[in-house]
Amino acid sequence: MPSTIDRISASTSRTPSRRAIGRTWHHALHVVEWQLMAFRAVWRSSVLTSFVQPLMYVAGMGLGVGALVNRNASSTSALGGVRYVTYLAPGLLATTAMMVASMECMWPVLAGFKWQRTFHAMVASPLEPADIVLGEAIYVGLRSLLSAAAVAVALTIFPATRSSGLLLAVPFAGLCGLAFGMPIAAYAATRERDSAFPAMQRFVITPLFLFGGAFYPLKQLPVAAQALAKFAPLWHGVELCRAATLHRLQIGTAAVHVAYLLMWIAVGLVATVHSFRKKLLI
Amino acid sequence: MGDQPIVARGLTKLFGDFTAVDGIDFQIERGEAFGFLGPNGAGKSSTMRMIGCVSPRTSGDLSIFGLDPSNDAAAIKARLGVVAQQDNLDEQLTVVENLVIYGRYFDLSRAEAKRRAAELLEFVQLTERSKSQVETLSGGMKRRLTIARSLINQPEVVLLDEPTTGLDPQARHILWDRLYRLKQQGVTLVLTTHYMDEAEQLCDRLVVMDGGRIVAEGSPRSLIDDHSSKDVVELRFEADQNEASAPALHGIGERMEVLPDRLLIYASDGEAALQEAHARGARPQSALVRRSTLEDVFLRLTGRNLVD
Ligand SMILES: Nc1ncnc2c1ncn2[C@@H]1O[C@H](COP(=O)(O)OP(=O)(O)OP(=O)(O)O)[C@@H](O)[C@H]1O
Ligand SMILES: [Mg+2]
Repeated sequence: MPSTIDRISASTSRTPSRRAIGRTWHHALHVVEWQLMAFRAVWRSSVLTSFVQPLMYVAGMGLGVGALVNRNASSTSALGGVRYVTYLAPGLLATTAMMVASMECMWPVLAGFKWQRTFHAMVASPLEPADIVLGEAIYVGLRSLLSAAAVAVALTIFPATRSSGLLLAVPFAGLCGLAFGMPIAAYAATRERDSAFPAMQRFVITPLFLFGGAFYPLKQLPVAAQALAKFAPLWHGVELCRAATLHRLQIGTAAVHVAYLLMWIAVGLVATVHSFRKKLLI
Repeated sequence: MGDQPIVARGLTKLFGDFTAVDGIDFQIERGEAFGFLGPNGAGKSSTMRMIGCVSPRTSGDLSIFGLDPSNDAAAIKARLGVVAQQDNLDEQLTVVENLVIYGRYFDLSRAEAKRRAAELLEFVQLTERSKSQVETLSGGMKRRLTIARSLINQPEVVLLDEPTTGLDPQARHILWDRLYRLKQQGVTLVLTTHYMDEAEQLCDRLVVMDGGRIVAEGSPRSLIDDHSSKDVVELRFEADQNEASAPALHGIGERMEVLPDRLLIYASDGEAALQEAHARGARPQSALVRRSTLEDVFLRLTGRNLVD
């Protein structure tokens, strides 16, 4: 208790809003600490998966599909004059972050409300719903970064996928993960059961993985499908990662993509705070 | 306001247009054990959640440590310990990790949280299970761990929502003993229960709730004195004969209650009442004279049993 009282009296000199923001931030870091405590038990297998899976895609798609594509001059020019595997690789950072963040924001969120009720326990302490949401967001961002970094490390193995741009692609992929995670968390928090989650994976995540611009240029798709793919965050993440690794980043275009991802994150955060409040303060 | 940590006036909670808590008044003194006794749906948890700052009140006044939960939730919660009705431990973590991380939510340093965790595990006799996954604990152990967790911030008031429901008698007695020690250390206990024996054991003062209202208030002893007789005679007749046996016994004792499975006669002298019943030709399968309990008070006040 003394620490609480100290903190309250120490912060009375500051303006109330700065105090509130400081407190939210401080509380959110405790939530991150909690997530990392639980993650500690599983991190090896999780990082290993993020590392091995892209290797399989690079090997399977790169060698198999790549052999066909690279033989064809017009295909190569559609890819911007690079080998197929070089084109494909950066997309895997964005898709991996998307999948990892989506998973983190489905079952674990419902567990926090329903199966284990850990969020209910948290909100009985000085933590408020907004603190918990900010902590979750930081954690999901970290998880997205970590998995994208594992992919990046895997990609440095092959000369065709190695690029200094991977350093920049990792944070872009992190943004892409968060842009999925936050809206999904907002939705998951409104659920009573997990019955909608497999459908979400089957009808949202997997189609985006296949049709979201990771494996071929969106121009190959019908216009309506292109519009749908551009609405979701993934394509923007893929474009950013690809521009980074191919050293084709243009500030203007990149800024638009980043802004679009930030908009998804911001809307998702607001919605998540709303749905967490509704579930926790009844 | 005085020194009372919790004061409620006209406290009301609506869910939609359903009134769960219907304008109740109570005040809880520092250092006492205060109980909310009532059947399912009485509004006990709804009241506890409002005190715990996790449920905004619909109307009325609520003051906790002189603060208003709608403005100062975090400051109030920093001084409360909460044991919710449903367990909410983190099953992915070990026993000790559950305590340490909870201490961190109260801004304890890691070292201090660990120190207190070890002390509390000792207090609830779970030191041996410190490294176990929570999943592997029995129901009684989980409840003890939850109580330990609620004490990590050295709270002034601990809210316990049905702390022993679903536990076997031995586990309940261990818990009662721990709660009793807490009270001796000067911690204010606020608890809800369905069990009259629990209320009688632990509570200095309690309110009986029914349908969102407080129907009686006082110490267990004074409630019994005010609302029941000293003794109760319980007569069990053959199946379906309880109702039919009642008229012949009319006028014995102060009052009679006919339940589906037995007949209760309230009297200041139970033995004399039983003799009178036998004299009138009653031949119950079993007969028992006992002291009045809170269960009888509840039956008297609401016409229903506490536990179905
Ligand atoms: N979130 C909610 N939405 C709608 N109704 C609710 C909600 N929470 C409680 N209620 C209703 O309010 C009433 C009081 O519930 P409460 O949980 O406070 O009772 P209780 O005395 O704790 O009962 P129990 O002994 O079963 O725990 C019940 O009729 C319950 O159905
Ligand atoms: Mg309840």
